Amino acid sequence: MTAASPRSALAIAVVFPDLLGTYGDGGNGLVLARRAAWRGIDVDLVQADSGRPLPSADLYCIGGGEDGPQVRAATALIAEGTIRRSFDQGAVVLGVCAGYQLLGQRFPDSADRSQDGLGLLDVTTRKGTGPRAVGEVIAESLPEAPRLPGGRILPPLTGFENHGGVTVLGPAARPVGRVVAGVGNGGGDGTEGAWSDRVVGTYLHGPLLARNPDLADLLLGWAIAPGGSDRPLDPLDDAAELALRTERLTSVPRTGRAGLVRRLIGRRA
Amino acid sequence: MTVSTSPSTEPPPRPLSLRSSVAVGSLRLVNRLSRRLGRGSGTVAGGRVGLAIDPRLLTVLAGGLQVALVSGTNGKTTTTRMLAAALAGPDDPPVASNQTGANMPAGHVAALVESPAAVVCVLEVDEGYLGRVIEEARPRVVVLLNLSRDQLDRIAEVRMLVDRWRTALSGLPAGTGSAGAPTVVVANADDPMVAWAAMTAPEVVWVGAGQVWRNDAVGCPACGGRIEFADQGGWACDRCTFRRPDRNAWLDGTTLVMADGTRLAVDIALPGQFNRANAAMAAMAAPIMGTHAGYPTGEGTPLTTAVALERVASVDEVAGRFAATVHRGHPVRLLLAKNPAGWTAIFDLLDETSPPETPLVLSINARIADGLDPSWLWDVPFERLVARTVVVTGDRRRDLDVRLRYAEVACTVVDDPVAAVERAVSLAAPADGASSPAVDFLGNYTAFAELRGRL
Ligand SMILES: [Zn+2]
Repeated sequence: MTAASPRSALAIAVVFPDLLGTYGDGGNGLVLARRAAWRGIDVDLVQADSGRPLPSADLYCIGGGEDGPQVRAATALIAEGTIRRSFDQGAVVLGVCAGYQLLGQRFPDSADRSQDGLGLLDVTTRKGTGPRAVGEVIAESLPEAPRLPGGRILPPLTGFENHGGVTVLGPAARPVGRVVAGVGNGGGDGTEGAWSDRVVGTYLHGPLLARNPDLADLLLGWAIAPGGSDRPLDPLDDAAELALRTERLTSVPRTGRAGLVRRLIGRRA
Repeated sequence: MTVSTSPSTEPPPRPLSLRSSVAVGSLRLVNRLSRRLGRGSGTVAGGRVGLAIDPRLLTVLAGGLQVALVSGTNGKTTTTRMLAAALAGPDDPPVASNQTGANMPAGHVAALVESPAAVVCVLEVDEGYLGRVIEEARPRVVVLLNLSRDQLDRIAEVRMLVDRWRTALSGLPAGTGSAGAPTVVVANADDPMVAWAAMTAPEVVWVGAGQVWRNDAVGCPACGGRIEFADQGGWACDRCTFRRPDRNAWLDGTTLVMADGTRLAVDIALPGQFNRANAAMAAMAAPIMGTHAGYPTGEGTPLTTAVALERVASVDEVAGRFAATVHRGHPVRLLLAKNPAGWTAIFDLLDETSPPETPLVLSINARIADGLDPSWLWDVPFERLVARTVVVTGDRRRDLDVRLRYAEVACTVVDDPVAAVERAVSLAAPADGASSPAVDFLGNYTAFAELRGRL
C-alpha cells in the first residue's frame, strides 16, 4: 500500500469513463482489479465519472476518448489536482491514447489549438499530417523500457491503435517499446508509448492490459510496493491471455517496406 | 392520420436520360451475372457500376417516388423491414427497399432498379451516408433511431457523426421531400445525440422509443455540460436548456402512448423491447408516408399508426435474425448484435425470452465489416451471463475467452462455429424427451452471416 494511503484495500480508479471510455479501455481497470483479487489482495475498483471530485487512489487508469471530452477531462483533472497529488504521494498512472496525450505537456484539440496536459509525462503531442494511425500494433521492448521484477525484459506489447496524434518524447521520458508493426508515437523514431517513474502512457487499446498481463502485473507491483520490490507477484493461470497473445503476435504482419516508407514520410512531416 | 386514395394503381412512367438508361441496364446486367456466378444477390456490385456510369442515378431513380430513409446505429435493418411492411397493404404496389443490408448508395440504386413498379421506397442508410442520401433521394420521411459507438476504426466517432447529421438536417428547406412534400424527421427523443441532430429540422415527430445505452451521450453536445438521465427516460443538461423534446408519442412497456392519450398495444412477433421500439418508430413514420396523395392506392383502411402496428406485427424474421432454424434436430435461434448497445439489448432479450439453462454460443469476428478492433467487447456487460452455459467461437474467440475470464463467466472455446453450436447442444440439459434442447447463437456481423450460411 502506498504511504499516502490509509485505506486497507488497494484502490484502482478508472478516470472519467463517461468522457474517456470510448475505446473499451475501462477493461484495464477491471483486469488490474481481478488480477489483484485473484491473488487475495483486497481491492477496490472505482468508476470515477466526471463532474464530481476524483477519489484518491493507488492506481489510475485513463482511457481513450473523443477530442472534446479529452479537453474537458484534462481541464478538470488539472483544476481539481487529485491525480497530481496522489502521484506525488506514490500513486501509479496509466494513460491510453487520449489519456496518454493528456498526461503529457501539451496536446492538440479538434481545432488544432494546443491544450495543457497534466505534465506527468515529458511528452508533447501534435496533430499528424498523414492519415490516422489505425490498426494492430506490436511493440518490442527496449533496454530503457520498464523492467519486470528480476530485471526481466517486458515481452512484446500487442494492441490496437486508432489516433491522429504524433507524440514526441522529451528528455525526461523513455519509450515503452519499438514498433515492429503499426505506427505508435509516429514521430519517426519508431517508438511506442512513454514512461517515467510510475507513469506509463501508450496508444494501445485492446484493452492493453488484457493483452499484456505482464505489464498489468508490473503496474500492480508498483502500486503495491511503491519503493520497488524484486519479488514477483504470485503467478496466475494466464493460459487464455497467452493464447490470445500468441494469436495476435503471429497473425499480425510485421512492418515491412511499406511501414518503413510510412515512417520515413512521418519523419519528413 | 388518414390517407387519401387514388383510383390508379399504375406507377407514373419514369423517363430516363440515355446516360441513366445505360446505367440502369448495366446495373441489371452485372447483378444478373453476379447471381449466375453464385456471388450473392450482387446488389452492391451492380449498384457500383450503375453509379459509375451515372453518378446522379439515385436522384434520377428516386425522383417522383415517395422515399423514407431509416438510419441509426442499431435497428435500422429491422425498422426498414417494418416500415416497408407497414406501407405494403394488400392492394398496394410493391415497396422498393434494400432489405439485404446493402445500405450505401450502391445498394439503394440497386433496390430501386429491382422494383420498377414501386411508388414508395424505404431505404436503410448507413449513418455516415445519411447527409448524401438525403440530398440525393429527397425523402419524405427520415427515421432516426439512435447513435452510439460502433466500428470506431472505420466509422467516425459519435460526435462527429451527430454533427454531420445535424448539418444535413438543418439544411432541409421545407419542401424537399418526394413530390414536393416537406421532409418530416421521425426521431427517438430518448437519445440525446439523435435529438441534437434532429432538433434543427423544420418538422420533427418525437417518439420516446427508449435508449438502453447511454454511455455515448453523457457530454452535452450543446455546451459541454453533463446530460443527466431520469428513470423514465427523460434527460436534461445540467448546465444549459438542452433537454428531451416534448414527445408526440412514447413507448410505455408494450404500449405506444400517443400525446392525445390514445394507447396502442405493440404486440409483435419479434422479441425484445428494442424491437418494440423499432416497431413504434416505423408505425409513427408510416402515416406520414401514407398522407401523400396517390398512396396507398387501395380503397382499404386509412394508414393510421394502429394499422401500421398491425402490419408490423407479423414481421417475424429480418434477414435471418431472430429466426429459429433447426440444426440436426435442435432449434437454434440466430441473433445478431454488432456493438455494445446492441449486445446489451440482446442480453435484455435473453433475460426476457430465454431460460438460463439454454446454452448460448457467442461468435466474434473482427473483419472489415465488423470493425477491426474488438476492444468494445470490454464495454459489453458479459457479467450478466454468469448463470448461463456459454460456448465462444469466431475469429476472435480468444478475445472473448479473455473477456469472459475477467467477467468470471466460465466458457468453452470451440474453433469452428458450427462445431460450437453442436457443442452447445451437447451441453444443454437433457430435454424432457418431448423436445430437443434449444440453443441461442449470438454473433456480430460477419460471424452471424457465416453461421447462417452454414447451418
Ligand atoms: Zn448543455
